[in-house]
Amino acid sequence: MSRIASIFRPDYKALIAYITVGYPNMSTTLEVASVLSNNGCDIIELGIPFSDPLADGVTIQKASYRALEQGITPQLCLEVAYQLHRKLATPLVFMTYYNPVFNFGVEAFCQAAATAGIDGLIIPDLPLEESTELEAITRKHYLDLIYLLAPTSTEKRIAMVANRSQGFIYLVSLTGVTGAREALPPELEGFVKRVRQKAQQPLCVGFGISTPEQARRVAKVADGVIVGSRLIQLMEEDATLSSLKAFVSSLREALS
Amino acid sequence: MTTKDRQLPNLGGYFGQFGGKFVPETLIPALNELKQAYAETITDSDFQQQFLQLCRRYIGRPTPLYPAQQLSAKIGGATILLKREDLTHTGAHKINNALGQGLLAKYMGKTRIIAETGAGQHGVAVATVCAMLNLNCIVYMGEDDIKRQSSNVLKMKLLGAEVRPVSSGSRTLKDAINETIRDWVSNVHNTYYLLGSVVGPHPYPMIVRNFQSVIGQETKEQVRAMYHRLPDYLIACVGGGSNAIGLFHPFFNEKSVKFIGVEAAGQGLESNQHAASLIAGKVGVLHGAKSYLLQDRNGQILTTHSIAPGLDYPGVGPEHSYYTDIGRATYVAVTDTQALEGFRLLCSTEGIIPALEPAHAIYYTAKLATDLPQEQLIVINLSGRGDKDLEIACQAIGMES
Repeated sequence: MSRIASIFRPDYKALIAYITVGYPNMSTTLEVASVLSNNGCDIIELGIPFSDPLADGVTIQKASYRALEQGITPQLCLEVAYQLHRKLATPLVFMTYYNPVFNFGVEAFCQAAATAGIDGLIIPDLPLEESTELEAITRKHYLDLIYLLAPTSTEKRIAMVANRSQGFIYLVSLTGVTGAREALPPELEGFVKRVRQKAQQPLCVGFGISTPEQARRVAKVADGVIVGSRLIQLMEEDATLSSLKAFVSSLREALS
Repeated sequence: MTTKDRQLPNLGGYFGQFGGKFVPETLIPALNELKQAYAETITDSDFQQQFLQLCRRYIGRPTPLYPAQQLSAKIGGATILLKREDLTHTGAHKINNALGQGLLAKYMGKTRIIAETGAGQHGVAVATVCAMLNLNCIVYMGEDDIKRQSSNVLKMKLLGAEVRPVSSGSRTLKDAINETIRDWVSNVHNTYYLLGSVVGPHPYPMIVRNFQSVIGQETKEQVRAMYHRLPDYLIACVGGGSNAIGLFHPFFNEKSVKFIGVEAAGQGLESNQHAASLIAGKVGVLHGAKSYLLQDRNGQILTTHSIAPGLDYPGVGPEHSYYTDIGRATYVAVTDTQALEGFRLLCSTEGIIPALEPAHAIYYTAKLATDLPQEQLIVINLSGRGDKDLEIACQAIGMES
């Protein structure tokens, strides 16, 4: 069982946090990762910034842009991952778009990620049809390739992802891009149940989740909750990170 | 469709190693629905009849193939023919695809149309078709492009479209595409994305190519009627590459016909201020397809430059990447300054003001034609007229009103 899969156990709800590496700077990334790990996050997604993040809303777009301005590269992200891996027990996942991975060399990237202590990959613009090569290589390096499903996914695609996703399945809560939302769609529970009928993997829901109430609602049907944009907003609003810490603790409490 | 190559893309949307559909899961069902609907319309005789009739009555097809005798004489070499896409309604080849996809959206029962635009030519074409077909139209356009193409912004607004400024990234075409995709992801249930070039995820490069292939089909018939033979060279500018593929594709199996695509060398290939993806790029994935891209060594997409806004894009259609890899087409690059020379040359010899995009092709043709005998036939796709570029062009050549 992978380190990611071992997080999930009966009657426990996982909290997964996304941060953009290098936003607002490298030292904050290292500090925030520790805060997340020490306050109840079970898995940390490290976002490798990309110039054209078409699945992301304004918050992560801006964070990516700022990170790139700081000169963040995939190589630096690998180095950050290694430092965090040595310091923290929390499993680490890279989330990025396909071009930086393809440009690095798919084999070289997976090997470097595995060496740096990364446990899995999430590539939002790499659907099943395009992932055959990457999937074979991730398996060789014991990396979980985590697929996404959306409310628009057909039954056939749900079955295909259920057959291939490793670690967990990332359920996109709504038809849209990332970013904090006031409300989650009423169809969410039905969507999770639809996937549950076909999948053995843990199901984690992300996109739009920004309050403990939303997290609690999601946790009633899913195995984990993913937050990202709201964390970035809190980093921006309060550089001391105490708001971020309080928010993460409140999420953890909502999930207990 | 006689050989395998003509049947590309394959089922996965690939032209050799290029193409595919690298998009978020949310959009995959919509792309499959689009592919299915498009396949239905190919065999739907009512749809085809309506399209052909509107091509004639609304767009003004077939466009003339004009033997540019004065231009040919001035250069003193091969015989140059101009395929006059600049004479279509709205003044550029973009309308062919906008009409075809507009009808397709209507066929699919979609009521909300979104589109990206760089120079504004595609935006105007979409706004035009949406007005005629009574569809809601939203056009995303980079803030910088809005400033440099204000007349097209006014046209779109007059035609009833909402123009949404895009302030992210480099505030040009690439960012307008990102924003249109984000809108599509958010509103996919009722929205049709009317993509304007042979780029993006499958099936777009195929659909746009097929709607633009009318250019090459007409050219073939027209050259045959006039000269009882095939042309020797087809030359077109390449940004995303829709006007070029539209001219080239129907000649794919005619191996004697040489294809030349002209990219924008901007301020020079060594300046990093250009948009020559095929010549100076590296294979990567952007906007849903694998193709040649201008990117840095870390896989970040570079900002581009061309005096012609329609060529100012860091990627290129996957079919062009395939053509270059198999050697079917040759790609060259022409600078801003050279394009302006081509622009003036056509104005003064033929009394035709070209858009700055095909001005690149005119310049290259003038160089090539000099060393060829008069019997050689060169067709240039004159993809658009120059009204939109008057300000930029006159400023660049130092002409005052």
